[in-house]
Amino acid sequence: MTTSEFDSYRPEESGRAFGRRRDRRRRGGRRGRGGGADGSREMTMVEDPQFSSYYGRQVVKAPPWGHEIGAYLFLGGLAGGSALLAAGAQLTGRTRLRRSARLTAATALAGGTVALIADLGRPERFLYMLRTVKVTSPMSLGTWILSGFGAGAGVAAAAEADRVTGGRLPLGPLRRLLHAAEGPAGLGAAVLGAPLASYTGVLLSNTAIPTWYASRHHLPYVFVGSAGLASGGAAMITSPVREAGPGRVLACLGVVVDVVAMERMKASMHPMELEPLEEGAPGTMVKWAERLAIAGGVGTVLGGRWRPTAVLSGLALVTASALTRFGVLDAGLDSAKDPKHTIEPQKARLAARRAAGITGDSITTVG
Amino acid sequence: MSRTAAWEDPSAELHWEDQAQPRKGFFTDTSICIGCKACEVACKEWNRNPTDGSFELLESSYDNTGALGANTWRHVAFVEQDRDRITAARESGRQLVSLGMPGVGPPESAPSAGGAAEPPDLLAALEGGEQMDLTPPDTDEFRWLMSSDVCKHCTHAGCLDVCPTGALFRTEFGTVVVQADVCNGCGTCVAGCPFGVIERRDDGTVHPKAEREGAQRVEQDIPHQGTANKCTLCYDRMVVGETPACAKTCPTTSIKYGDHEDMVETAEARVRELHDRGMTEARLYGANPDDGVGGIGSVFLLLDEPEVYGLPPDPRVATKDLPQMYAAAGLAAAGMLAGVAAAFLGSRR
Repeated sequence: MTTSEFDSYRPEESGRAFGRRRDRRRRGGRRGRGGGADGSREMTMVEDPQFSSYYGRQVVKAPPWGHEIGAYLFLGGLAGGSALLAAGAQLTGRTRLRRSARLTAATALAGGTVALIADLGRPERFLYMLRTVKVTSPMSLGTWILSGFGAGAGVAAAAEADRVTGGRLPLGPLRRLLHAAEGPAGLGAAVLGAPLASYTGVLLSNTAIPTWYASRHHLPYVFVGSAGLASGGAAMITSPVREAGPGRVLACLGVVVDVVAMERMKASMHPMELEPLEEGAPGTMVKWAERLAIAGGVGTVLGGRWRPTAVLSGLALVTASALTRFGVLDAGLDSAKDPKHTIEPQKARLAARRAAGITGDSITTVG
Repeated sequence: MSRTAAWEDPSAELHWEDQAQPRKGFFTDTSICIGCKACEVACKEWNRNPTDGSFELLESSYDNTGALGANTWRHVAFVEQDRDRITAARESGRQLVSLGMPGVGPPESAPSAGGAAEPPDLLAALEGGEQMDLTPPDTDEFRWLMSSDVCKHCTHAGCLDVCPTGALFRTEFGTVVVQADVCNGCGTCVAGCPFGVIERRDDGTVHPKAEREGAQRVEQDIPHQGTANKCTLCYDRMVVGETPACAKTCPTTSIKYGDHEDMVETAEARVRELHDRGMTEARLYGANPDDGVGGIGSVFLLLDEPEVYGLPPDPRVATKDLPQMYAAAGLAAAGMLAGVAAAFLGSRR
């Protein structure tokens, strides 16, 4: 039924008159408000006074970031964690773990960098990222971290590759230099490995995208946990169990940090900011990420010393980390698409400030 | 009662030195917008922006433009409202007054000599123009809101802060402009804008905006492909002292352009005037230097809540919270380092 008095002027015919369809769409946010209803259709009479929008169109725009960025978030974390493991192995004389972790770090880094460049609108200008150092831009700082890390991890991995191939890389006189530099390079990469894993949280949070912005106090912890369990899992896959002990411990620590930080992050969010993390495809990914992380953690504790179960647990952990990153990325992109995720939390925080007597910082003023 | 003293000069820190100019901006008075879209056309023409759609009807009143984007730097919004919504808007505007919003008070200090009876001569700038009647048509039954949206040129611009290449910069006029030859299209600014203004010009095609059968992407030759694009406040016109294309073409002076300080003063006078006439639904958007983005360069006068026009009700530039975010990231990184150390110390072979 309709509550609008204008409807009495309309012909009874129930065809898809222009104005009516238009009206129904316009109400997007204020679902089912009687006034715009098609007379032939029963509409719910519940009015939602909280929220109206402009034809249900988005307020903020999602960045043009595809799955390449999700892959980069995952691979960057994996590379950072692996470089840390490699440095630890280097210092404690675990040569097999050192080798596999260094190679993992360099491979993940190369893949992540390629993904990052591929997602640019003008990939041929990727070096423009290094025109400037800008503290207010996490992307800028991240590029510098990535570049420094890449240099260190690349040298360390090259030395490792040279050793694996029995010194057959055509290095000439550079070989001595390479092997002299690999130790400091590996440690240098490790120093930048942790920031590489955590800065991506700031990269996402320092935006107007509701779900990412709302996760700003917790996302670095989630990502660090995720990086820890991914690199620990990768070490369990690629190293013999005898040397993978630190990887197992790191994986278990990572699982705990990842799961706890994710729960705390969710608890801190407005329902409308949280929704994209819990529903739809991103919600499924985040849910399975948690399940796989816990399964992988349990597998590590129980069967980490037997290679087949160690590899299985490692695979579960690595997959969990990838799912976390893709889930958080896509949840944010989704949260930009529906205006309710932007408008409702903003109205709520504005109302909360007003209730607390703070009225001087509203963008709407009268005079 | 202007609070211009509290406004930060956004270009102050940028070493423009002797080239620095007074901050420029728009005042878009939506109460006298007639929805002719001349601003959209003038903007497209002057800036040679590609078409942004396949000329399909979007079923949103007379708005078939949709939204601001890479190719659309002015967008006229159309909202049709019935009596309930008018009453609600009037009430919400009245509440802003009773809340004691900044700069608000009884209109005792209205600068115009005439006060309520005689509106200030806002069109004095129009040479030879007679005193026009600026009283908006007042019906209780329904109304049609029209508003020309544009880049806000924020005092604290999210897009500018997060740009990693330095392609986005603050001009000597305090506006925010992208250098197309520097931008590498990383897209971070798109996420950084709290108003959803800036966008990447993705490929050489045009999206059909309506979801209909047979809708296809159309090939088009476009400049600055793959880079971020937005309103420049007609930087190229400003440097030679010209008015931006949209403001120049606006037939009702709904879009005003000038020194930002004057724009804010004009806006404050206008909203007081409308309130005096009982149009309590009128309110300013972005005229408060203490808001989440430090106030905006393109001030608006709206006749309903901002979200009705597709504007965020409480935008906040994320960079304000960046120190805490970096602190969290640093702590997380330190924790990770400690975790790895513990992993090696705690495991024996």
